[in-house]
Amino acid sequence: MALHSDSAVLDDLAGDLDAGYPAFVRAHAGAVYTTALRLSGSSADADDLAQETFIRAYKALRGFEADRVLSLESRAWLLTITLNLYRNALRRAARRPRETSDRHPEVTDRRRGPEAVAEDDEDSELLVGLLRELPEHHRVPVVLRHVVGLSYAEISSVLDCPVGTAKANVARGLDRLRARASPQPASSKKSSKKSSKKSSKQKKELR
Amino acid sequence: MTSMSTTPPSTALRALRVDAPVGFVDSVLEELGLHDADQLITVQSPAGGLFVAFNDHGISAVMPTALFDDDPEKFAVHHRDESGRRLVAGTRPPAGLVSALRSGRATNLRYDLSGLTPFERAVLTKTLEIPSGEVRPYGWVAREIGRPKAVRAVGSALGRNPVPVLIPCHRVVRSDGQIGNYGLGVPMKRALLSAEGVDIERLERLADAGVRYVGSDTTGVFCMPSCVHARRIRPAHEVQFRTEAAASAVGYRPCKHCTPVAVRDAS
Repeated sequence: MALHSDSAVLDDLAGDLDAGYPAFVRAHAGAVYTTALRLSGSSADADDLAQETFIRAYKALRGFEADRVLSLESRAWLLTITLNLYRNALRRAARRPRETSDRHPEVTDRRRGPEAVAEDDEDSELLVGLLRELPEHHRVPVVLRHVVGLSYAEISSVLDCPVGTAKANVARGLDRLRARASPQPASSKKSSKKSSKKSSKQKKELR
Repeated sequence: MTSMSTTPPSTALRALRVDAPVGFVDSVLEELGLHDADQLITVQSPAGGLFVAFNDHGISAVMPTALFDDDPEKFAVHHRDESGRRLVAGTRPPAGLVSALRSGRATNLRYDLSGLTPFERAVLTKTLEIPSGEVRPYGWVAREIGRPKAVRAVGSALGRNPVPVLIPCHRVVRSDGQIGNYGLGVPMKRALLSAEGVDIERLERLADAGVRYVGSDTTGVFCMPSCVHARRIRPAHEVQFRTEAAASAVGYRPCKHCTPVAVRDAS
């Protein structure tokens, strides 16, 4: 079903970019916004990142032949743009650290609709924190696979790596999440109980 | 925290998926300048069902649904060809539309005539002033917009009226008083005028007899036959004129409402 509607959207896009683009944006807004939010961790950054993704995509599509539009892997292509924009933003932030130093705490945003209610869930909040503690090479594949729901083929295209590498990184990321989510009795690590300690750690991770 | 250890993270992770914020898609399209679709609604009128397209600037197109087999998709294709804009389903009619259709007074509605030439806009704006129940000749419109010789051009501009029924090009008739042509067909023109209370048979009788103006011997004022003041003249007091010169010669002055002669010329 998803495949069928996707090709219909691409048909319209190939026929008339301006007429088809609104449906294209609507079809992928959730995936792009989710990725942007889980990568950046702040709804303000996510908004910028997701908007910029669709603006870049539109500009790129203007130069595409119809054939190329029709064979587009829309979601993977869009999320590649999102990821590149995110990495560029990180690089910029690294050069001017002070400007963005307080943008990381995620603001619970009421505008995000019913699904954002998950945010109020204690588990989800904890998970968001844990996710952000993962190193980027684990976090991004986990987000793409398990939050956004991409196939491994799509992930390998977004990350420009072999499918096997994508699978391995998702699995390792997931393992690390599990390990942190359920503190082993052997290791006396208590840190996962309080999320307040995370912020300093996170910042280090993101730099 | 308690359930975290029991549910596998992959299930919990799926719950972190969110919708884009309300208004996100709109702001993207706004940013890209792709937000120029017109809204479409369907209303009933004396001319039957009408498709009405409008945007933030005003009403941009009106067409009888019957011309498109009542199919909004067919009208959307036509509208796109004419205006270059897409159509999306509108939620409610633009302010004042329903009452304008009821009263025949559509002067206070806002129109989007941006695709037209200044001349076409001038013609339509002037035509909008013709009151319901009255008619004016093409030559009157031409004279009123300061282009007295552009009578034919007025006819073509009215023929391209994108907002018929509301901008009442059906109230513009031939200079000899005959009803004349209409973009949506002469029967529609007659139906619209009849619905507004125009006595078409009387106007045609006068036109056939070569009468262009009627005056009242009690007031000494002469009017176009459909003028609201002309219609109040009792038959016993009605005087008929073939030309304005004939009326002026016997001391009649032109009516200030229907302005059969340019007001400044008459004074």
